[in-house]
Amino acid sequence: MTGATIFLRAFLRRDRWHYLWWAVGATLLYYSQAVSVKGLYTTQAQFDKAARSMEGNTAFIAMAGPARALNTIGGQVVWQATAFGAIVAGLMSMFLVGRHTRAEEESGRDELLRASAVSRHASLTATLVDALLANLVLGVLVAASLVAFPLDATDSIAVGAGLTLCGWFFTGTALVAAQLTSSTRSMYGVAGSVIAVAYGLRAIGDVGNPVLSWLSPIGWYQGMHAFSGLRWWPALLLLSFATAATGTAYVLFGRRDFGSGLWAARPGPARAEPALSSAFGFAWRLQRGSVLGWTGGVALMGLAYGSIGNDVGTLIGDSKTSRDVFVQGAGGLVDGFYAVAIATVALIAAGFTVSSALRPKGEEDDGRVEALLATGLSRRRWLLAQVATTVVGTVVVLAGGGLGLGLGYAMVTGDGGRIAPFLLGSLGYVAPALVLAGLARLLYGVVPRWAVLAWVGVGLGVVMVFFGPVLHLPGWVQGLSPYHHLALVPAEPFRWTPFLVLLAIAAGFSLTGLAAFARRDVH
Amino acid sequence: MGGVNDAIIEIRGLVKTFGTTRALDGLDLTVTPGEVHGFLGPNGAGKSTTIRVLLGMLRKDAGDVRLLGGDPWADAARLHRRLAYVPGDVNLWPNLTGGQVIDLLGRLRGGLDEDRRRELIERFELDPTKKGRSYSKGNRQKVALVAALATDVELLVLDEPTSGLDPIMESVFQEYVERFRADGGSVLLSSHILAEVERLCDRVSIIRAGRCVESGTLAELRHLTRTSVVAELARPVTGLAELPGVHGVDVEGSRVSFEVDTPRLDAAIGLLHGVGIRSLTATPPTLEELFLRHYGDDIATEEEAEVS
Repeated sequence: MTGATIFLRAFLRRDRWHYLWWAVGATLLYYSQAVSVKGLYTTQAQFDKAARSMEGNTAFIAMAGPARALNTIGGQVVWQATAFGAIVAGLMSMFLVGRHTRAEEESGRDELLRASAVSRHASLTATLVDALLANLVLGVLVAASLVAFPLDATDSIAVGAGLTLCGWFFTGTALVAAQLTSSTRSMYGVAGSVIAVAYGLRAIGDVGNPVLSWLSPIGWYQGMHAFSGLRWWPALLLLSFATAATGTAYVLFGRRDFGSGLWAARPGPARAEPALSSAFGFAWRLQRGSVLGWTGGVALMGLAYGSIGNDVGTLIGDSKTSRDVFVQGAGGLVDGFYAVAIATVALIAAGFTVSSALRPKGEEDDGRVEALLATGLSRRRWLLAQVATTVVGTVVVLAGGGLGLGLGYAMVTGDGGRIAPFLLGSLGYVAPALVLAGLARLLYGVVPRWAVLAWVGVGLGVVMVFFGPVLHLPGWVQGLSPYHHLALVPAEPFRWTPFLVLLAIAAGFSLTGLAAFARRDVH
Repeated sequence: MGGVNDAIIEIRGLVKTFGTTRALDGLDLTVTPGEVHGFLGPNGAGKSTTIRVLLGMLRKDAGDVRLLGGDPWADAARLHRRLAYVPGDVNLWPNLTGGQVIDLLGRLRGGLDEDRRRELIERFELDPTKKGRSYSKGNRQKVALVAALATDVELLVLDEPTSGLDPIMESVFQEYVERFRADGGSVLLSSHILAEVERLCDRVSIIRAGRCVESGTLAELRHLTRTSVVAELARPVTGLAELPGVHGVDVEGSRVSFEVDTPRLDAAIGLLHGVGIRSLTATPPTLEELFLRHYGDDIATEEEAEVS
């Protein structure tokens, strides 16, 4: 394998931050479950009661997995973290594979490297080893964190090993996807669908027909029954299918031409629809997919929260910490919980808003703005159309989150009366989200390379909502986050003043950014 | 006609700095109506920067710039409806097809000529249903060319428009530029392909380090340089090397070759005529030689440095 080690070294260097962030994320996902479960219940009796309530909640089981040993910390960790952990490992593998295979071929960099004295399979093999190692790191850290917690060592290692094997499985399927498709985007589409189907199969299987769970790699991972009668043989299923998928990818790789996929690229329309020719129509067309994706994701998250129904009290226990976080505001426990749930969903939605507000920067960095602005389209109109898309998209995504919460709640409790308040509560967060978008716009107009700092605003919002009350930070520190000022609907009645003030600040930022953009050099 | 106020592009003393680098350092450029103006210079000479100032992308630091009678910064969008621009490196949106981009750019300029759009797509052999990400460099370039040439505009601003095109497509491009000029349009053509410039351009400006170092018709520019002469004579010639403006004389029996400053050509040929000319070839300088003469200095000084 001439050259594979050189490639691998280059990949590892390029990926070192990816390794770190994914590994930290996955370890936190598992470890934080252990910590939070331990802090939540003061007595085993409370724990038993909460466990019984969870076992009876079909929505929870569909979301997380089969309910086993839920009155133990280990059982809770497996239940709450493994399905999502597998998704994390799957996404990491997909992005690592995509970045070193399809994306490299698409950009033409791979051609340059392959033309040097390396074997045909060198970059493929280096990609495979890179992704296998990344998943190994993930598994080892997760296992080590659980052993350190401390939980039973053998079971902890099984949880980590299963995670690594799930990642290997999705590495194999991502490698296959990279051979089938001819663009990075469609490769992510196929590889992502495999992950989604794996999750979906086990969700349906766990609540209905258990056979379906056995068709899913995530089902095999959870079928190892860590902390509830550990068995190793399902791990063999993961290992053998991962090997088979990887082998298939190698065979397919040998059968396709460089730069193409086994599936021919589908042609698109030869003419532009009339709507595409307006500034807004064009901006919307570029972000349409992202708006739909975020709306779907946030709505699903809302559904998950909403389907907790009125079981809030038994679930979150009555420790002081959980009360501090969840019962912010004057209302009862249920309202307090949903107020925080709405804020959580809204903070996730802010991810859309900020990435959408940064879109013009991406367009400029990729050199696509010049050709547009050399037409009759003025800078102001171009950027205003982008702003309008961000505003409309933010409203749509937040409405999706609010509706998801309301519908989820209605499905479990049969009470549709909360749909409207949840929706309105969620829409209130349009204002702080737009403050962050305005900040991104302001920076983009004045110092474009600092525009990404708008993400700090999202981070600040997360810290303030979840840790502000626990850490007892002074009011002015909490006030730095635009998310701090809104009324916590439905625990508190909606207040117009902060909403309108935030909107005014957002408009001020945005207009200043627009004016600055109209005066600066465009590259 | 030809007065300063009628010019399509009129640049005087343009200065543009990026931090401490002076990209444009007092640049002059005039493009008159109906001409194809070649814009030559090595990489980094400031060609693209000049074009970006003309398009209102970059703000000038000093100097006067007029485009189609207006201010390219203040009236950008209004002026852009009257011109079409093709960058040297076309970046397309990965999920829009070539056809969609052609329509988009054309409509934003104020409308496409449907027949010409169809004809251009056919002549350039472009598949308009492919997505932006799957086009090769040459095909991305074709998308921008079709969008530009299918619009009714007064001025084409072309920044190395044929980079990545094969020779057949290059000649299709040249044909359409000639047609555009025949219909009264003006063109600013920045290019590295000197054969293309020689075929298309009425006048040429050569820039270097942000300044215009030479400007004029090709004939005028040639006049400034040497013609090479090779002659077969009746008997050996004497006194040729002493003539003013004659360089590099090489006599081999009755065969002589030399270079002569073009204004002195007459005197040199006169001398040969006195001796008796059996055959004669006189080669005017190619654009390449013109170009190298302006940029050869670097090479010459480097060589000198090596010698000393």
